[in-house]
Amino acid sequence: MRKMLRTKFCLFVTSALILPIASYAQLGEQAPAVKPSSHMESHVGNLTGHSEPGRELYFRYCWGCHGPHGDGNGENAAYLNPTPRNFVAAVFKCRSTITGTLPTDQDLYNSIGRGFNFTNMPSWIALTDQDRANLVAFIKTFSPRWVTEKPGTPIPIPPEPKLTLASIQHGQQLFQKLECWKCHGQEGRGDGPSASTLTDSNDQPIRPYNFTADNRSKCGSTNQDLYKIFMTGVDGTPMPSFADVVKPEEAWDLVHFLRTLQYNNPSPELTLWESTPEGKAIVAAKRVDQTNTGSGEKP
Amino acid sequence: MQWKQVVFTGVAMLAASSLAIAKPNPAGGTITGKVTYEGTPKKMRPIDMSKEPSCAKMYPTPPPAESVVTGPGNILQDVVVFISAGAPDDPAPSTAAVFTQKGCRYIPHVLAFQVNQELKIVNEDQTSHNIHPMPKLNREWNKSQPPGTPPISEKYDKAEFIPVKCNVHPWMHGNFAVLKNSHYAVTGENGTFTLPRLAPGKYTVTAWQEEYGDQSQEVTITGSETKTISFVFKAKPY
Repeated sequence: MRKMLRTKFCLFVTSALILPIASYAQLGEQAPAVKPSSHMESHVGNLTGHSEPGRELYFRYCWGCHGPHGDGNGENAAYLNPTPRNFVAAVFKCRSTITGTLPTDQDLYNSIGRGFNFTNMPSWIALTDQDRANLVAFIKTFSPRWVTEKPGTPIPIPPEPKLTLASIQHGQQLFQKLECWKCHGQEGRGDGPSASTLTDSNDQPIRPYNFTADNRSKCGSTNQDLYKIFMTGVDGTPMPSFADVVKPEEAWDLVHFLRTLQYNNPSPELTLWESTPEGKAIVAAKRVDQTNTGSGEKP
Repeated sequence: MQWKQVVFTGVAMLAASSLAIAKPNPAGGTITGKVTYEGTPKKMRPIDMSKEPSCAKMYPTPPPAESVVTGPGNILQDVVVFISAGAPDDPAPSTAAVFTQKGCRYIPHVLAFQVNQELKIVNEDQTSHNIHPMPKLNREWNKSQPPGTPPISEKYDKAEFIPVKCNVHPWMHGNFAVLKNSHYAVTGENGTFTLPRLAPGKYTVTAWQEEYGDQSQEVTITGSETKTISFVFKAKPY
């Protein structure tokens, strides 16, 4: 009895050592492609969204642009610029997470509710909170990235410090030092030296944000949204992340300065800026009365 | 009787462990050769860097674009030659692969390194660049790198050929070749490549050029011989 056990043990040990060798020879072959999950959940605040009810909503409201396969190739897509988001690629513009990582459920939820200014993506705030949470869950069923990766780490955002003139002036220096003007232009009109050659990650021409046009940028209109835009980068576009080169306190200075570029929209930053002779002169030079031909003759 | 079992197990364990940790014979076999083209490649136009004077002034005459780099004897530079099948995956080396922005160009134009190996990106120019690799399988990120800032450290976990660009300077193009094993070479000025230290086996050798695509050949190594192969790409005139 003991002999048999011993033999079995020896054979077991031997085979346990040999078998891994056989599989070692298989290394170097491609692992099978991961498929997306067909049942996902989302967690937004107190809400839990589910992908099954989200599916019904998607095929009522979303697929016309985003397509039946979620890849942005809906019926309307051919007529749209910018093109609808491709959920299969899962590269998202408006996130609170580090560049190259997935957004949080809250980011997606906010994007659906807010819509995207200057695009054909409307604000879906008319849908209930639960509906939008369900849609977030369904969107996550299109890409295998939601299976293989966790959502990225949200960047740390310190509380906004008090607005001071020194903050705006430091922001002005950062705008020069970080060479934002190369794409956005010295006045933030989106007409910098590199602006005309910009293409997005699908090789489609794309324009940099024009600060003077409107204060509602694509990812939201609050100072915190503006902070997140340049600290996380706008993935899929030429706009990079500055998180590695701008300290969080300095980032707020830049936010304050950027508000002064939006001279058509009243803000505390603009008011403070215009209270100085230098700021007043800069803004006055920009505020030309437009003539019908746009020749910009000053009044 | 018991001793037989012990000896048998001991011998089996020795055999198994020697197979498990068997490194290829350090001498190993070698695959070497040259990459050439036939036909007429398109002319590489000089790069116009006038929008970035700090870089333009570094060149007495504007440098040519680098998507097809040729040499005397119809050789092709910057071709990645690697073992695409037949070799096991290798763990990433601890040294970083360095990618430098200098003179508003990427040096090297094609950087080959391994999955999970550290990629270190350095900006030696007086102007800001943004590093924007555009993968399809790996994560796409985009980071700004002003002058005087520390190197960016990243890595990729899937094998892929990744085009790299700078959005601020639209003429800047480079490539990352992220590979699964340590058997690779990038052809230089003489168009040659050498893949040493190959254990006996049947290998598929692939050559990749960013405009001309890739080609593969099968090579069998039986001992420590050197096998010479060549790759010939059909040049595209435009």
